[in-house]
Amino acid sequence: MTKPKFAFNWASSCGGCEIAIFELGTKLVDVANKIDIVFWPAVFDYKYSDLEAMPDKSIDVAFFNGAIQNSENEHVAKLLRAKSKMLVAFGACAYCGGIPALANTTNRDQIFASSYLETATTDNTEKVFPQSNVQVAEGELTIPEFYNTVKTLDQTVDVDYYVPGCPPVGEQVSKVINQFVEGGLPSRGAVLGASEKSLCHECKRVKTDRKITKIVRTYQTIQDPEKCLLEQGIICMGPATRGGCGSICLDANMPCRGCYGPLPNVIDQGGKMLSALSSVFDADTEEDIQKLADSVVDPIGTFYRFSLARSLMRRTRP
Amino acid sequence: MVIEMTERFEPKIVGFLCKWCAYTGADLAGTSRIKYPPNVYPIRVNCSGRVDPTLVLKALSTGADGVLIAGCHPGDCHYTNGNVKTIRRFMVLQKMLDQFGIERERVRLEWVSASEGERYARIVESMTEEIRALGPLNWKAKLEVAA
Repeated sequence: MTKPKFAFNWASSCGGCEIAIFELGTKLVDVANKIDIVFWPAVFDYKYSDLEAMPDKSIDVAFFNGAIQNSENEHVAKLLRAKSKMLVAFGACAYCGGIPALANTTNRDQIFASSYLETATTDNTEKVFPQSNVQVAEGELTIPEFYNTVKTLDQTVDVDYYVPGCPPVGEQVSKVINQFVEGGLPSRGAVLGASEKSLCHECKRVKTDRKITKIVRTYQTIQDPEKCLLEQGIICMGPATRGGCGSICLDANMPCRGCYGPLPNVIDQGGKMLSALSSVFDADTEEDIQKLADSVVDPIGTFYRFSLARSLMRRTRP
Repeated sequence: MVIEMTERFEPKIVGFLCKWCAYTGADLAGTSRIKYPPNVYPIRVNCSGRVDPTLVLKALSTGADGVLIAGCHPGDCHYTNGNVKTIRRFMVLQKMLDQFGIERERVRLEWVSASEGERYARIVESMTEEIRALGPLNWKAKLEVAA
């Protein structure tokens, strides 16, 4: 029996999704026995030319992690789409934009200005910025073009399946890989390795009255480890986030930040969280409500921490 | 007689009007033949508290220049306190829309009772003029340019 051919790629992301695959530990050996890895730049020495040389549709499954923020990301996304039978958006960045998509609250010029001019340790009196093409004596040098707006993988190419998480938890990763090897895949377009219910369903904390009079951050309060964090005034994305991670952050006394993305049939995770949070405000007068609303310090960064690229607005006003 | 045609920007405003007060108020404006701009596209909802922020974001991101949410005056809600829930959502939403760079004039929450046809007409009038002065939002087209 021929083993299915797998590819793994890393685009605009931190590399945590690669670690998520290593999180399989010794199971990785079993996985490696069942599949044939034909492309994995993070681990083996592959060049893009190796990928370009492969016949179309010769890879069975390609796992793509990372958002699309530059022309290199886009090029490899298109290449992998052409070379693979199935393309999987792996992790929060490929699926929803992830942390890199918070760049959509600003733009290329501002990002370049803060990275190459304004930071305290930068000495750039000649105001040199990265250029896509530079002519030198030896010829033309090129680097990928940096985009103004971060996109998800499926805003760039067709995607067959999605695996949420920042990063996807190890247990779910091995389940997903098994689904591809042994069968049992749901219909195309499905979200794999996650539950169909909100995180609150698997969170062990006790939920009671759901009313808050103030919003606090984790360091500003001594929390009750048994009680729902939202009820303690800590913004927890649980109600608007897909479960399946095992509520590991909550077990470590940290609120959910929303990395598993929107619930099934929800088009805008942030809008739903905004709605869920304001519905627990225990305030009836405009003045009291305004005070609570003002204490939500950064609505976009909180409600869309991982999903700005996959939201309705996608970015701040261009 | 020569009629001079001038290109004037006509704002598209999506109006989520509660069935019990604001929609009935808008109806009264019509039956009373009060003159007001035709720029609001009314959508009847059971309660202003039913207006999920997603609806506002969807309208703005798909072509609306503004969104009007109108319901019963606080204290008069048919469902006791649905409109208080609207205020709670609206105030956080306003803060988020500030971050998105959308002017406050574009998204308004107003109270209109079933007997306030005149008030409804004046709200639509002032909102239309304010948004006309701001110009089109054109979110989708600008997103493509900003890629």
